[in-house]
Amino acid sequence: MKTSLILNMARALMLARFKQTVVAGVGVVFSITMFVTLLSFMNGLNQLLDGLILNRTPHIRFYNEIKASTSQPIEASEAFSDHYHIIRSIKPAASRTSIYNNEAIIRTFKDDLRVKGVARKIAAQVFFNVGALDVSGVINGIDVEEESRLFAFEDYVIAGDFLDLKYTANSIILGKGAADRMLAEIGDVVQVTTAQGNRIQLKVVGYYQSGLGELDNVQSYASIGTVQKMLSETPSYVTDIQVKLHDFDLAPEMAREYKEIFGIDADDIQTVNAQFEAGTGIRSMISYAVGITLLIVSGFGIYNILNMMIYEKMDTIAILKAIGFSGRDVNMIFITIALAIGFFGGIIGLFFGFLAGLGIEQVPFELEALPTIKTLPVDFNPKYYIIAGVFSLVTTYFAGYFPARKASSIDPVDIIRGK
Amino acid sequence: MRGKPVIEAQKINKYFYSPEKTRVLKDVTFQVTRGEFVSIMGKSGCGKSTLLYILSTMDTDYEGSLLIDEEEVSGKKANRLSEIRNEKIGFVFQFHYLLNEFSVLENVMIPGLKLGKKSKEELEHVAMEKLRIFDMQDHALKKANQLSGGQKQRVAIARSLMNDPLIIMGDEPTGNLDKKNSDIVFNIFKELAQEFHQTMLIVTHDPEFAAGTDRIIEMEDGRVLNS
Repeated sequence: MKTSLILNMARALMLARFKQTVVAGVGVVFSITMFVTLLSFMNGLNQLLDGLILNRTPHIRFYNEIKASTSQPIEASEAFSDHYHIIRSIKPAASRTSIYNNEAIIRTFKDDLRVKGVARKIAAQVFFNVGALDVSGVINGIDVEEESRLFAFEDYVIAGDFLDLKYTANSIILGKGAADRMLAEIGDVVQVTTAQGNRIQLKVVGYYQSGLGELDNVQSYASIGTVQKMLSETPSYVTDIQVKLHDFDLAPEMAREYKEIFGIDADDIQTVNAQFEAGTGIRSMISYAVGITLLIVSGFGIYNILNMMIYEKMDTIAILKAIGFSGRDVNMIFITIALAIGFFGGIIGLFFGFLAGLGIEQVPFELEALPTIKTLPVDFNPKYYIIAGVFSLVTTYFAGYFPARKASSIDPVDIIRGK
Repeated sequence: MRGKPVIEAQKINKYFYSPEKTRVLKDVTFQVTRGEFVSIMGKSGCGKSTLLYILSTMDTDYEGSLLIDEEEVSGKKANRLSEIRNEKIGFVFQFHYLLNEFSVLENVMIPGLKLGKKSKEELEHVAMEKLRIFDMQDHALKKANQLSGGQKQRVAIARSLMNDPLIIMGDEPTGNLDKKNSDIVFNIFKELAQEFHQTMLIVTHDPEFAAGTDRIIEMEDGRVLNS
């Protein structure tokens, strides 16, 4: 009964100053719309840009680095154990780049519940022999299906079918830049010379375009078997093991853990791509800041309008108090007004924000570098809608708080006697 | 029931502090018992309105003791005072003080809604009954600002009766009305006193009005001359 009375009072006061109420509401609608639109668009872009790198990057990459041995023979000698060792001109040892016992390692990863998938990879330095010219490049030998499942390989194959890599013997998918340079069409055969001097003919079955020019000029893909054959290596030859996790935040910790166990090098995604994280963070921080500023400005609008309403409705407040409304009741009436403006403005704002998102999503956005993107990206994550909704209520509550407190402390005697 | 005190004021003193400390009420002591129709008379500035606002519990800045319905109210929390006002006191002001945002019926109902002891339907019924006493039932659905001054004052009295209060307090309820309307309002008070034995305490400076009441409390210079 009492709540409905307070709601009734709030409604009557709002209707009495309908125009101002609408103006305040429009302020909230506008700011919530902008907040949601800005955040979903900004984060859509963020995800696009991050995806450009992060989707294709393994969360942990295991490999053998070419490096000097960490322990030198002299350290083993007891005769010199209490001496300083000064060794000049250390060279890296002729260690193998292949990962030793990689089948067992891969089995271990597959049994680890934190791991979403594992894909082997061989990177081979080659020369493409184009007429009289040699063009340098890298051929990545990959597990075609796993690579596609884990690292969205399929999305970046812009011509041809990526599965042909697996089903056609001695096939290659060329980087778009490399293909343009070599004038190689699909169906053509290109000749490749490996660093060891082996020559092999590969059939072009598709083009690959990542959106990063320097990658596309150099990188090409073949099946792992083809590359092993090219390098005259056994089927157990693997230079990289790429691991994708369910939760990529675990990457640094797991990289350290397995580095110890297997004694191989491991890079985690956070360390390698730290700058992307930072960029993403700053971009979303800016959009949050702009959005929240908009909301606070609309909060001031509500504050002004409520203050005005209180001055105009002094008599009403005084009479309510005289007939038995407590300060708290009056306070609640004005808080209710503020929250109602925030609530309805917020709902309409969320709806318009959603529409704006749909609108932006229709805007064509085609870049040669981004083959999978046809329109501007928008992220419809409910998170932004929830944040915007909560913020609209919080700011309007605070905008109403001070005027409501003032209203509740009005002394009815002053008003009634002042007449 | 007659004879039980509704209001007991004991040695009430009140000071105004601006521009300088002045004592506006001096040891005011009196009683209103149930069923009495009392008027407070005095020249303007003698403190009669100030006294009324203290008795109404709206003004809490005074010295002395005040009992309403044998309950000590001085020093009580603001929320409790609001409850007392809502339940036990009906108000009629010099200016009608209806809420223009609401209809006549709603205006009358508001104290009842606030009290929250009856359902909305019951309250509507009660409010209509109160309006009928003053022959205002035909105006029930009009907005408050569509009424004439005299009609507004009648509605305000109906509102003051909404919760069947222990006492009705009026601050010059006829002060802002012409002769005809003020007669109507006066007759209403008279009727309330005679037919309903409603306890009433009315501040007025109209001797004619005061003459029609059971008892006149005369005030001068912050003092009660007779009680």
